[in-house]
Amino acid sequence: MRRALPIFVVLAGLLVAIAVVNPYFLEPPAFLAFVKRAAPLVILAAGQYFVIVSGEFDLSVGSLVTAEVVIAARLIDGSAEATWPVLALMIAFGLIVGLVNGVVTTLLRVPSFITTLGMLLILSGAVFLWTGGSPRGALSEQFRQLGRGSLGPVPWSVLILAVVAAAAVWATRARFGHTLVAAGDNDRAAALSGVRVARVRTVAFMISGLSAAVAAILLGGFAGVSAQVGKGLEFQAITAVVLGGVALGGGRGSVAAAMAGAFTLEALFTLLNLYGISGALEPAVQGVIIIAAVALGAVRFPRARAAAAS
Amino acid sequence: MTQQLKLGRVPAGGALLRRISADRPARPVYVALALLVVLGWLVFALDGGTFLGQENIVGIQQRSAALGIVAVGQTLVILAGSLDLSVAYLISLTSLVTAEIMAGADANVPAAVAAALAVSALIGLANGLIVTRLRVHAFIATLGVALVVRGALDARYDGPAGSVPESFQHLGYDRIGPLPVSALLWAAVAACAWLLLSRTRLGYRIYAVGGDAEVARLSGVRTERVVVVAHVLCSVCAGIAGLLLASRLGAGAPTVGTDGGYDLESIAAVVLGGTALAGGRGGVAGTVGGVLLLAVLDSIFNQLEVNSFAKDVVRGVILVAALAIYARGRRTR
Repeated sequence: MRRALPIFVVLAGLLVAIAVVNPYFLEPPAFLAFVKRAAPLVILAAGQYFVIVSGEFDLSVGSLVTAEVVIAARLIDGSAEATWPVLALMIAFGLIVGLVNGVVTTLLRVPSFITTLGMLLILSGAVFLWTGGSPRGALSEQFRQLGRGSLGPVPWSVLILAVVAAAAVWATRARFGHTLVAAGDNDRAAALSGVRVARVRTVAFMISGLSAAVAAILLGGFAGVSAQVGKGLEFQAITAVVLGGVALGGGRGSVAAAMAGAFTLEALFTLLNLYGISGALEPAVQGVIIIAAVALGAVRFPRARAAAAS
Repeated sequence: MTQQLKLGRVPAGGALLRRISADRPARPVYVALALLVVLGWLVFALDGGTFLGQENIVGIQQRSAALGIVAVGQTLVILAGSLDLSVAYLISLTSLVTAEIMAGADANVPAAVAAALAVSALIGLANGLIVTRLRVHAFIATLGVALVVRGALDARYDGPAGSVPESFQHLGYDRIGPLPVSALLWAAVAACAWLLLSRTRLGYRIYAVGGDAEVARLSGVRTERVVVVAHVLCSVCAGIAGLLLASRLGAGAPTVGTDGGYDLESIAAVVLGGTALAGGRGGVAGTVGGVLLLAVLDSIFNQLEVNSFAKDVVRGVILVAALAIYARGRRTR
């Protein structure tokens, strides 16, 4: 947990900075709106954490989110009865995509960077082939409630986020989480001590697929149906996880810090907006800050670790 | 040339390809390429076109030249155990720098080319220094640099800018007999990279650092310097591709690099060519084969008038399947 501390300090600093510019920000409605906006990315970051800590990458989540939203819109097509079956289908689809990523990576031994890059191409191509280039259909009102509506004062997406966060933290504390970190740190040693490395890694990919499905459900309601809805989310999720101090290459970091990384990224966007650095310069500032944050030692690197160990 | 080839790193004997490639993994990609050419010939014959006609061959060469040049550079960084995700935005940037400085006048061509190459070298230097000195993972470092370049592009340009004089456009469209100038440029870049990797001390060091940086360091290689140089060379290759694209478009465009998907596609071409993503194994010959493979595939799709989205699906499947086959070969060896 000590290692994860910097990101929480940075996050707190950013939130204070936002509150200085906009005093209403820390009041419940505005803050909940912020959490609601951040929820999809935080969920994706939680899913990506499992894959990264096991020593792999998942580049397919962005296109998976797009695919899920487009498929849901096409299948629901505005009808209320179709909502729940389609939600179940989306979850199943996310799990299956994760399963395929995991099996190809572990059993066929394709580097996950390439597996998920291939999956990215396949998903984006297939979805648009199916819809003929532009998404059709519409989401039902019930479906959109999950991303937009709220239960009393608390938005549904914040509740869903809380459940996901609790489940993610629980999973890392369970035996599964420990074996996953062991596999990411040194898969050979883990395998020799009885961890079924291929199986835990495949499950990690399935969790990432599941998180993409949940993020898609929220984004579909929040942002609506478009072919751009998931664009760039894979890089944002990976960036968030790395900001949280999780080492690319696996074996280090906590899921809470990864989610804090996602909140930090979202807070950064909010702050940049408040200062009017929106649009054009935003990516530039983001790029500099990401490099700076990682360089300033929010992260322990595999290389640094090897040097420390020897 | 044959005299030189015999001095290669790979023991004499074996197929010519094996000697040229200086690395075993390059062979399957050429086998696949040969099969695909046969398939393409069949498809074109059945569909009423001529696959081996001059028009189609020139088309394949022209389409693959820009990606080919980027992929050669990408090969160098990947062999060194790094990665460059910033090439797409860098290509856009150099195309704009070129076109803006040329401003349609012949006299400005040398200055513009020099400026474009200098800008790309600087970005490569930044990539390399961030990766080595600041110890930021290459994935994040080059992604961050890509974002910075993108911000600069977004802030200054809404659309195509500058213009390229007609004399410079010869680079993109002219050809000498059946060979487009752009393909010759690609061949020259690939040959330089091949010579670098198989003939020079730096080349060996790139393999050594990519294979195991710690062992390389302990054997006296200045690993950081090698990685920085690989990044600079990669970015210069992207800069050359930017020059080429500017000469084709007649102007610079802020989206030319990302529209082509040069970042991920160049990595795909490199690994298709049998270069290990983890570094230290592979070579330029495989990459050239990988790029040609993608280009031949494209020309077959075009002939069949396949939907462009279906192309992505097939590319994804081929990419994963190819890597699975390589992984199998490595395991059974």
